[in-house]
Amino acid sequence: MEGSFLETALVFLVAAVVCVPLAKKLGMGSVLGYLLAGILIGPFVLGFVGSEGHDIMHVAEFGVVMMLFLIGLELDPKEFWKMRRVVFGMGFIQMGVTTVILGGICYFALGFSHPMSLAASLALSMSSTAIVLQTLKEKGLMHSTGGQSSFAVLLFQDISVIPILAILPLLAGPQAHASLDSHSLLDGFAGWAQTAIVIGAVGGILLFGKYIVVPFLRLISKIRLREMFTASALLLVIVVAYVMQLVGLSPALGTFMAGVVLANSEFKHELESDLDPFKGLLLGLFFIAVGATINFSLIARQPMIISGVVLSVVGIKMITLYVAGKIFGLKSDQNILFSILLSQVGEFAFVLLTFSRQLDVINAYYTDLLMACTAISMTLTPLFVLVNEKLIDPYFGVKTKSDSKQREADPINEQHRVILAGFGHFGSTIGRFLRANGIESTILDHDSDRVDLLRKMGFKVYYGDATRLDLLRAAGAENAKMLIAAIDSPQINAELISTVRKHFPHLEIMARARNRFDAYELIDMGVHNIYRETLYTSVHMAIDVLRKMGFRGYTAMRKGLDFIRYDEAALEKLAVYRHDMEEYVVNVREQIEMQEKLLTEDLHSNLTAEDHAWDSEPMRAGTATNHQ
Amino acid sequence: MTKKVLILFAHPLYEKSRVHTALVRAIPRIPEVTFHDLYEFYPDFNINIEHEQQLLLQHDIIIWQHPFYWYSVPPMLKQWIDMVLEYGWAYGRGGTKLQDKWVMNVLSAGGPYEAYAADARNRFTVREFLAPLEQTVRLCHMHFLPPFVVHGTHKITTDLIDNQAHRYRNLIEHLVAGTALLDDYQGMEYINQNTKTVTDGR
Repeated sequence: MEGSFLETALVFLVAAVVCVPLAKKLGMGSVLGYLLAGILIGPFVLGFVGSEGHDIMHVAEFGVVMMLFLIGLELDPKEFWKMRRVVFGMGFIQMGVTTVILGGICYFALGFSHPMSLAASLALSMSSTAIVLQTLKEKGLMHSTGGQSSFAVLLFQDISVIPILAILPLLAGPQAHASLDSHSLLDGFAGWAQTAIVIGAVGGILLFGKYIVVPFLRLISKIRLREMFTASALLLVIVVAYVMQLVGLSPALGTFMAGVVLANSEFKHELESDLDPFKGLLLGLFFIAVGATINFSLIARQPMIISGVVLSVVGIKMITLYVAGKIFGLKSDQNILFSILLSQVGEFAFVLLTFSRQLDVINAYYTDLLMACTAISMTLTPLFVLVNEKLIDPYFGVKTKSDSKQREADPINEQHRVILAGFGHFGSTIGRFLRANGIESTILDHDSDRVDLLRKMGFKVYYGDATRLDLLRAAGAENAKMLIAAIDSPQINAELISTVRKHFPHLEIMARARNRFDAYELIDMGVHNIYRETLYTSVHMAIDVLRKMGFRGYTAMRKGLDFIRYDEAALEKLAVYRHDMEEYVVNVREQIEMQEKLLTEDLHSNLTAEDHAWDSEPMRAGTATNHQ
Repeated sequence: MTKKVLILFAHPLYEKSRVHTALVRAIPRIPEVTFHDLYEFYPDFNINIEHEQQLLLQHDIIIWQHPFYWYSVPPMLKQWIDMVLEYGWAYGRGGTKLQDKWVMNVLSAGGPYEAYAADARNRFTVREFLAPLEQTVRLCHMHFLPPFVVHGTHKITTDLIDNQAHRYRNLIEHLVAGTALLDDYQGMEYINQNTKTVTDGR
């Protein structure tokens, strides 16, 4: 059924909104829900989507592209270095052994040519980053050993797509050269030249990210328009993807590299939170498209061949993974999870197979067949996970829960107990003072120049709008003890405080207030630790005025401290009174009214009355006996 | 009839004091006992006179717990005495608000008991050094109890500290119970004097 954009969008969204919550309710996870939605609306069941499924696939592949950008962003080089043994060891075993076994079968049993066997087996050895990460995230298994190993192997696969894409043109031989797109700049180059261009493009991205993107984002962030930053983030991903496509490379890889380059910049978390919703939706679309493009007629014609291929590929991958897991000492329950999670053929297979067909390395019949197998294997994974969860895992005394907790302890230790939002003149004084006394704080600030400087000075700084929930979470609000709200703008400060009170009620809030009126707002919000800029400084100045007028230093100091104590008590008292005068809309009137009330209050208090400490005057005045 | 005890605690470096940490821990957490940490409450030395006077009125027995610095109380406690015990309130004309309350010192001293004697290094006994405080209490129409003294704090063993903490707890409980009589303490040098551990707490 061909339809307008709105109709297509309607079909996809309805399918997703119906199927995904249903699948989640049944404990199947969102990926399976999306895939089922795709199958349901696809040409073989309801037939809402026909040939345009393929077009949508192209749009949806952009979700994979974005996911890889975000994975790249997550990839802290330090973390990566810690994982290097697992990434390269486990990853190499998985890719290498799977490719050799599958390639051997293709070559010896099925009689494929050398290049065809290699291309097919490389494509089939890939697993699906999208499915696995989504599943891990949903089940909260990201930090279990099985989850970490899965991430490591996926990382190796993602990285190895670069050389594979570089090698494929060489497999095609000198006579055949094709590329992903008709307008590719690579057309007409020899195989070796294409390889050189691929390597050059990767290097180009590294330079582009470091010397163009970061300064550009700094410029954008100075404009302080959130949607501009979101637009720039999207633009960045699209530009990289487009350029990569132009030179005939995988956009996914290009953005992955761009992500890695930006992982260490101050914009990491801002980019992450800006792109995350796009990624989620597009990935969902991608899974629906996968479901919708499964060629059921091909399967119906050759059910035995297809199911045979799927089962043997998945089986071989599982066994290889299990052996790799054993070598790296995974416990049985974790190893089974790991083997099941990575057993499918992933979305990169689509990319590699398409590329191989264009290069004439694999013919159309086999690419269609293998693509169908890929899609089927992807639908199998969530089912396997479900079976594992319900039937197999219970036999192993389920250690995943406690295991994941132990693993999570590491990052918690790195987080500070104090979060300091706003590092302007006010916040920086607090931060410096705390640091001088050995209390490190996690700083949130939205001035990129300042963030840069602070990072150089070794502070732990997150760049971004502190009122955003995801940023607060990234800064460790869940485990912190205290939040210092020291943002310059009282409105944003108040917004931050209400967000924190709602989502992290355990955090003790220390709030900066510009003046008495900000303080009233904060009292109404239930904040107790309020620090008015205009109180302490002006009183300290007034103390010095008293001294210059002839008061002794200690007396002036005592008067000043008493005044602060009195004024803070009066603040609480007048905060209640303030609610009685809501009819005064005009702010100036309100201020004068308050000022008047304040001055009257001063008259009634014994503020000017002397206490008798160290004062013998009352004694001399009294007629009682002299004691001292 | 139970009595209410107010402990006015003054220690500028409490976090490093083994003896006072143990003593404070031994204080029973009951409604009849109020623990008031002056250095924590008034880091700026700006004592709230009204608040302190209210506290005094609400209690029957006042304990000044402090280290024995330069044969006297730490400056915060002297500041408290200077500011809170006002003329016309605590003493002098009409100053009878504190009449008949009991006051005692709970103090720790670095030197051993023997070092506090006419022929020893410090030339005076602890009781003699406490004379100004004793007279302050008298002037405010209150009764001065013998002090609770922990000697030799530089070298004291954990066991001895625990022993003293235990005795401190018993003392407070005894005072709260309200059965103690002023005469019981007549003529005692230290309120915790009747064991050997006090005299040679080295």
